[in-house]
Amino acid sequence: MENNRRSFLKFAGVSVLGLGSLSLLDGLTSEDVIASSGQASAEETYKKTKNALTAKRWGMVIDTRKLTGGICHKMEKACREAHNIPEHENKKHEIKWIWDAHYKHVFPGKTDEFLVERLKELPIPVLCNQCANPPCVQACPTQATFQREDGIVMMDFHRCIGCRFCMAACPYGSRSFNFRDPREAIAHENKDFPTRMKGVVEKCNFCAERLAVGKQPACVEVSNGALVFGDLEDPQSKVRQLLKENYAIRRKQNLGSNPSVYYLV
Amino acid sequence: MNDKPKIIIGLVLFFAVFTFPFWYNHGAASSAPEPKLTDKAKQARQCVRDTEFMRKEHMQLLDGWRDRTVRDAQRVYEIDGKEYMASLSSTCMDCHSNKADFCDKCHEYASVDPYCWDCHTYPKEKK
Repeated sequence: MENNRRSFLKFAGVSVLGLGSLSLLDGLTSEDVIASSGQASAEETYKKTKNALTAKRWGMVIDTRKLTGGICHKMEKACREAHNIPEHENKKHEIKWIWDAHYKHVFPGKTDEFLVERLKELPIPVLCNQCANPPCVQACPTQATFQREDGIVMMDFHRCIGCRFCMAACPYGSRSFNFRDPREAIAHENKDFPTRMKGVVEKCNFCAERLAVGKQPACVEVSNGALVFGDLEDPQSKVRQLLKENYAIRRKQNLGSNPSVYYLV
Repeated sequence: MNDKPKIIIGLVLFFAVFTFPFWYNHGAASSAPEPKLTDKAKQARQCVRDTEFMRKEHMQLLDGWRDRTVRDAQRVYEIDGKEYMASLSSTCMDCHSNKADFCDKCHEYASVDPYCWDCHTYPKEKK
């Protein structure tokens, strides 16, 4: 065979290709790659805790007739302690999971000129509405905010990149951004719940970590019966019984986000 | 080819500078740190998985725990008939309560900087 430049280049090209694909095959079949390809080894399994509370769609009924400022304060304190929520001095850095507001701010579309006296000054607790059609989940570019099977709209703080699209999407202002390191402003750290880091968004999680061990949400527990928590899809549940017997309203329901928090007024 | 000496000097200089980090650090490598076990960890003898697996793949295991707990609400990890709460702060740190000697030493040596502790709590250590 004549040894010219053309045949040499051909040979070299084919050899490089062949050697390259060999090492590729080698890489793909090595144990490390197979082990990490999502195939959990056969013997390990994950499951729910035995005493976990479950539902098709968690919801809450807030009975404003049973509310007082003291109860609101107690609920906010319980939530703060359960979830390591920081208390920054600067109002702009405030982190809110459950807080209270006046009727005219909670229900701006349902405020009448001659509103019933009782509701005018009453503090009304507001929290994430755990919408069935959550706009924040659609806005999140990393799926850090997602909807669980039981309807709870959750944050996966590991995935949050702090873009704050969800805050813009939420019609209720239920989300807060950690402009500062929250650990600076946590008086008593609760060891059973992680803190957050600077640069992530957070909000109420319907106490998913308490439901997992068979407990009601922290705010419900200290609400003296003003807050009732249960399965909205179960006609026998206490929330459904309350909704059957009482007229209830929801926040900005005309937006179509389908909130899971009902208010009896 | 009148520049032969210059070229050779240049080449020698280039290789000397290029390989400087190798021979400068030769023999100076510190040995890999051995993680210290607490008494509780020693008594348990075996971690969630065998030592070899834990040494090599504890990060994959923790990744699985994290994703299944947060995203699927499946907080119990079962293996070989034993059940564990899939929790860094309460399961791992229960035995390995010496974060500085158990976690940090190796992480520092390997120059990895996991951000677990930005949020997750760990037991306060006596100094």
